[in-house]
Amino acid sequence: MNRKFLIPLGVFAVLFAFLLVGLGLNPREVPSPLIGKPAPAFVRNQLHAPDKTMGTADMKGQVWLLNVWASWCVACREEHPLLVQLGKAKVVPLVGLNYKDEPTDGKRWLAQHGDPYTVSVVDRDGAVGLDFGVYGVPETFVIDKAGVIRYKQIGPVTVEALEKKILPLVRELQKS
Amino acid sequence: MTHRSTISTLAAAFAVALALAVPPAFATDAAPTEKDPVAQARAVKLSETLRCLVCQNQTIADSNAELAVDLRRQVREQIAAGRSDDEIITYMTDRYGDFVLYRPPVKATTILLWGGPLLLLAIGAFALVRIMRERRSVPEAPPLTPEERARAEALLAAPSRKDPA
Repeated sequence: MNRKFLIPLGVFAVLFAFLLVGLGLNPREVPSPLIGKPAPAFVRNQLHAPDKTMGTADMKGQVWLLNVWASWCVACREEHPLLVQLGKAKVVPLVGLNYKDEPTDGKRWLAQHGDPYTVSVVDRDGAVGLDFGVYGVPETFVIDKAGVIRYKQIGPVTVEALEKKILPLVRELQKS
Repeated sequence: MTHRSTISTLAAAFAVALALAVPPAFATDAAPTEKDPVAQARAVKLSETLRCLVCQNQTIADSNAELAVDLRRQVREQIAAGRSDDEIITYMTDRYGDFVLYRPPVKATTILLWGGPLLLLAIGAFALVRIMRERRSVPEAPPLTPEERARAEALLAAPSRKDPA
């Protein structure tokens, strides 16, 4: 029996498989080359105490989260209640990077929506964000005791991401 | 003016307006390289090789997204600071990965991307040659046996009854 008719069918099946996998990918999620590399060092003024600074060196020896946010960022409102809960739980220090924002706007926004951050720092010109390869706000980084970036959440932190990825990773890193 | 020509005039006017309304984004940035035409040309050229990560199918030279504006400023500042093109490209890929390059580098992970079209071309050419060979070698009819030949000649020699002539 001539099986030649199966060739186009096979080609179609391969194409179909590729397209099916492609549907599940998110083109907005660009893998960061910074995962597994030391977090770029920064020292910036604190949002609530402009005369004090805070930097990566202050966090050495502990696992911490860096959340990049702004008052003009709509998606930040989506993740914020979750961050407030996380802040209350006090399982991990949460540093807020107020990215390309007016400090007065940032402070007002936190007063209005709640302030989950252990400390907030001001990145008015976005230079710290650039060093961290931030291209969309919000973004959240998990940084280990040695100051190495272990995970990057692009877009709002979701319950799923927090429970399945971020918190288990934080607990594991805290043990080591 | 007929209805149809009104529409085509409108369409033409719209096309012209669209072309005028989209000036190159670069013209609007004030930055350190503006007075130096050589540096300016370098900045434009580099910016055309870098992808804007927000509007992913535009270069940072084309895009007016805030990130693209920032990255263009970075390019200009670094040129003004005397960095080489390679150093600036490395600066970008260190932060954003190869995705920031419009022309991905040839390496183990991108070999399928670069080699894939050639591979497909080779498969296509192979299939084409095979199909053409198959068509050319249609088997000829087996030669007639002497009996068959005699019968055929007899048939051809006999006057046809249906022949009108």
